[in-house]
Order: sequence, then structure tokens, then C-alpha cells
Amino acid sequence: MSWTLASPIIIPFATAVLAFLFRRGPEGRWLSVIGAAALLIASGLLMAEVWAEGVVAAQMGGWAAPFGITLVADLLSAVMVVITGITGLAVAVYALADVDARKEELGFHALFQVLLAGVCGAFLTGDIFNLYVWFEVMLIASFGLLILGGRREQLDGGVKYVTLNLVSTILFLSAVGLLYGMTGTLNMADLHGAVQEVDNPGLLVTVAVMFMVAFGVKAAVFPLFFWLPASYHTPAFSVSAIFAGLLTKVGVYALVRVFTLIFTTDVAYTHTILLWVAGLTMITGVLGAAAMNDFRRILSFHIVSQIGYMILGLALFTPLAIVGAVFYIVHHIIVKANLFLVAGVAKRIAGSTDLAAIGGLYRTAPLLGLLFLIPAFSLAGFPPLSGFWAKYVLVKASLDAQSYWIAAVALVVGLLTIYSMTKIWGAAFWTPHPEGRAPRLTDLPARDRAALLVPIASLAALTCVIGFYPEPFVVFAERSAAQLLDPAAYVGAVLGEASGAAAEAGPGLAEPEGGQ
Amino acid sequence: MMNSVILNAATRLLVSLLVLFSIYMLLRGHNLPGGGFIGGLTGATGFVLYAIAHGTEATRAALRVEPQNIAMIGLGVALAAGVSAAIFGDAFFTGQWLFLGATEDDKGLPLSSVLVFDIGVYLVVFGSILTLVLALEEEV
Repeated sequence: MSWTLASPIIIPFATAVLAFLFRRGPEGRWLSVIGAAALLIASGLLMAEVWAEGVVAAQMGGWAAPFGITLVADLLSAVMVVITGITGLAVAVYALADVDARKEELGFHALFQVLLAGVCGAFLTGDIFNLYVWFEVMLIASFGLLILGGRREQLDGGVKYVTLNLVSTILFLSAVGLLYGMTGTLNMADLHGAVQEVDNPGLLVTVAVMFMVAFGVKAAVFPLFFWLPASYHTPAFSVSAIFAGLLTKVGVYALVRVFTLIFTTDVAYTHTILLWVAGLTMITGVLGAAAMNDFRRILSFHIVSQIGYMILGLALFTPLAIVGAVFYIVHHIIVKANLFLVAGVAKRIAGSTDLAAIGGLYRTAPLLGLLFLIPAFSLAGFPPLSGFWAKYVLVKASLDAQSYWIAAVALVVGLLTIYSMTKIWGAAFWTPHPEGRAPRLTDLPARDRAALLVPIASLAALTCVIGFYPEPFVVFAERSAAQLLDPAAYVGAVLGEASGAAAEAGPGLAEPEGGQ
Repeated sequence: MMNSVILNAATRLLVSLLVLFSIYMLLRGHNLPGGGFIGGLTGATGFVLYAIAHGTEATRAALRVEPQNIAMIGLGVALAAGVSAAIFGDAFFTGQWLFLGATEDDKGLPLSSVLVFDIGVYLVVFGSILTLVLALEEEV
């Protein structure tokens, strides 16, 4: 059990080491692909175990909870790790054709794998200080990926990215310190019980809001999202795809985890703030996107608006709303990463991501048109694609909770999403290319074509599967939401097993001193 | 790179002393102040001094292995120390101990996977610091 939990972290780290040592040859990139595939398999095994046995937990190094570092996976963690495996594999394959030899020599694949390790670590840890450490690992790796290549605009975006994220990290660390001062524990399951006994509820809410701001920066919610559209359009396409898919979602995951497990003492206050944040995030994101004229910039602003939907699910805090949030996160990661991958292909064959400078893709590359249409319409919430079900559940949850205004916002934002998707469609696909070029997929070398299109097609197929057979995914989201809303199983898995492990570990710990 | 006779002469002595001291720090680290991190820093200082006195090219030649590779190998060593617990059926990163020549009243020479982990940390810190410093020196 311990090793199924740890392997999604160990595999990417080991791959990073090997890929770095072989960075000068073709072995490096294939090691990266193999490592990503192994990660996907490991995440599948973890998911199978969590599905069969409920929440699983393991104490690293045999140090019992709440003193040691616990790795724990409930269904939400497990599905996030699976999605990380899927996106990681898709992007690793895509990077075969997207990343040039110079970036590989600087260590692209190693940084990419370290990023995956950081993301998996953040999803699996049961210790709030350890979560901070994983955020740092992600920050270091993502900063490296962002500035790899060293163009001026990359450095510009990278500096904004790292500065704002450092502010968030410092806030996170201070909040962890305060929380530890109040409760004397860092283990999240233990915190669940410990916060009930804090005799200063006002201070607890203050700390809760500090966490909200810190994770809010990571998740790019209103009004803390500025770093995202300033940086995501600058690096290599594979990098922006993995960022768009996974990084902000780690912030969302952290918000969901903390505000379902720990800070549920004053739901009326904290979750109302979250609700307002959700509404404003949706609106500003989608309006920002409407004002942009670059493929990737539009998509970047859309990340912001979509984050709003996920926060909405958390903020309403009803079973159905949490189901919606979980469903939305899963659907969104696949769709969003895919759209960035499509943008990369469009740039390769049409020469730019500026919508004014490209066109004619529909006539000459209809396959790419289809592959764009699936994630784009799913993002906008067209039935029967995955986004429709995600939005449907969330809107229904808001109506059930009688938050009619937020339901209205969600629907209007969906409409405006269609507007900017049609803007991309119209400019990049329908209007003729301004320079009269006829961009064709066949212009690409066959190997590159396969490496670029296979991941896109697979992710699009997955979107369709979720769309046409939403039933099992909804059942899954329901079980996962039930676990989130009733943390007893989570707490039991972490602390209950710990008491047994402590007795077992007792003689083992004393062993080094045993001879005396 | 500085052309100073005093620095050159002092460096010759100091580099070996610093590297030796860093290994001493690494080894005493389990029970006393010290360990991989501080050891790595001290060891890197030796080579930084060498780079100031003799230039970065000579330092890279003296290191033989690229510093970024040293750091990554260190990561691998640290990871392997954690994974080694699997052989004994323990959880990830459980310390494994071997007491060489242990008798009833003497625990002998204790060897542990914790030390291997610390060696990994030493190499990561050593390699990363030198990667940064050499890159900065070459930039100027």
C-alpha cells in the first residue's frame, strides 16, 4: 500500500535523473515518454486500490501520523494523479516534436518530470507543510520550464510568474506557521479534529482567509490571476499545455482539500467569500478572453474563467455542487491541455498564434479543425460533450441552493465562452490566410505529425467518451464528493492506521540505540 | 579570475582542506551538527575558491564531471536510499541499519541508508551551487 502511494512521486523523480543524464541524445526524450507511461500505469494502480478499498494512507519512513509525513489518497487525489498521468504522457509524446534539441540539452525533460513529481506530491500528501514543499518543487520546475530558451518575453513572463507565486508561497508558509501555533499539528487529518478545539474562532477564520489568498494566487482566481495571462503564452507549447492543464488545478485542489477537510468551522463566512470570488473570476476571465486576439492569450484567460466554475462548486458546498466541481476539474484538465496542444500545431503549420496573422486552417487542414472543435465546444459547454455535463451539474446545484444569480452568471459566461471560441474558429479556421498560405498538416514530417496529433486525438477521444458516457464519471464524482463532505474515512485512514503503525514502529525506532 | 600570488598559494592549501572538512561534516551529521546540506555547501566553497583563483575552465577540468550532472546523480542517490527500504519490505524512506561487528555491549560500526541519503543531499547541494556559481562567473 505504501508503495502504490509513493510510486507516482518516485517514478517521475527517477525519470528526471535518467532523462537529465541522457539529455544530449535521443534517449532522453524517450526516457521521458517511458517515465510518463509508467506514471500513468502507477496512477491507474493507485486508482484501482482507492476504488476498491476507500481512502488509503501510508506513513513515510514508518514515522507514525501525526508526527511523520503521511501520503494519503482519497478518490479526488487518485483521480487527480490519474489525470496528471494522462496529461503527462500526452505532453511527453507531443514534446518529441515540439521541443528542440537546445532546450533538451538545457534539461527540458528533467524539469518536466520534476514538475510531474511535484504535482503528484501535492495531490498525495496528507501533511500541510509537505504540501508547501511540493508547491516549491513545482515552482522551481515551472520557473525553469518557463524561461527555458531565454527569449526576452519569456523572461518577462517568468519574472511576473515567479514574483507573484513567491508572494503566495510566503503567505502560505505564514499561514501554516500560524495554524501550527494554534493547533500544534501539521497533519491535515489531525488538523480536521484540532481546529474544532481552537478557542479563538476569529483567528481561525483569518488563517483560513490567508490560505484562501495563498491558494487563490496559485489557482489564478479573481483578483489574483494577473500572473497567468502574463506568462502562459510565452513558453514552448508543450510547457503551456501542461501548465494550463495542471498547475492552476493544483491550487484548486488545495482549496478543495483545505476547505472541505480543515476550514469547515465557519462555512457561512468563508464559503460566501468563495462564492463571490467564483462569480467574479468567471466574469473577468471570460471578458479578458473576449478582448484578446492571440490564440494562446485567449485560452489563458479562459483558464481563469473556468477556474471560477470549479470554485463555484466548492463555494456552494452542497453534495451536488462538489460533484460538479470534481467533474469539472477532470473535464477541464483534459480539454484545456488539448486546446493548447492544438494551438501549437496551428502555429507550426500556419506560422503564428496571432489570430490576425493566420487563417484558412479549415480548408487545408480539416482534421485539425475537427480536433479543435471537440475541446473548444466542450469548453463552451455544448451537449453532448464533457463540458456540458460539468456545467449542467453546477448550474443545477446553484439552482437547488437558490443562488439564482450565480447560476445566471455561469450560463452567461458559458455563452461568452462560445463567443471567444467562435472568434478563434472564425479567424484561424474560416477566414483565408492573410499571406495567402495554405497551411497543411502534410507539410509536417510524418514523425512530427504523429507525435503532435496522436496526443491531441487521444485527449479529444477522451473528451468524447466523458461526454457520451457521463454515467460512470458522475457516479465516480458522487462517491468522491461524498468522501470530501464526510472526512471521517479520510481521518480514520490516516490516524487510525497510525496507532497500529506506532506500536509496530516502536522497537524499530529505538533500534539504533538498542545496544546501549 | 584573479591573478594574485597569495590567493593562488592559499587556494592550493584551502581547497583540499575545505573538501576534507566537508566530508567530515557530512559524516558526523547524523548525530552531531553537520550533514549533507552543510557539507555540500562547504565542499562547493572549496571549488568556488578554486574558480576565483584559477578560472572556471580549470575548475570544470578539476571537477571532471559537469556540476549539473553531479547534482542529478545526487538526486538519484538520495532517491535510491529511500527506495532501498522496499527490499526490506518497509515503507518509503524507512532508514535501514547495519551494525558491523556488533557484540552484546558494543553496537559496532553503524551503517545506514540515512547516510546514503545524506551523501545524495551532499551531491545535490554541491552540484547545484557549482552550476550556479560557474554559470555566473562565466557570464561576467
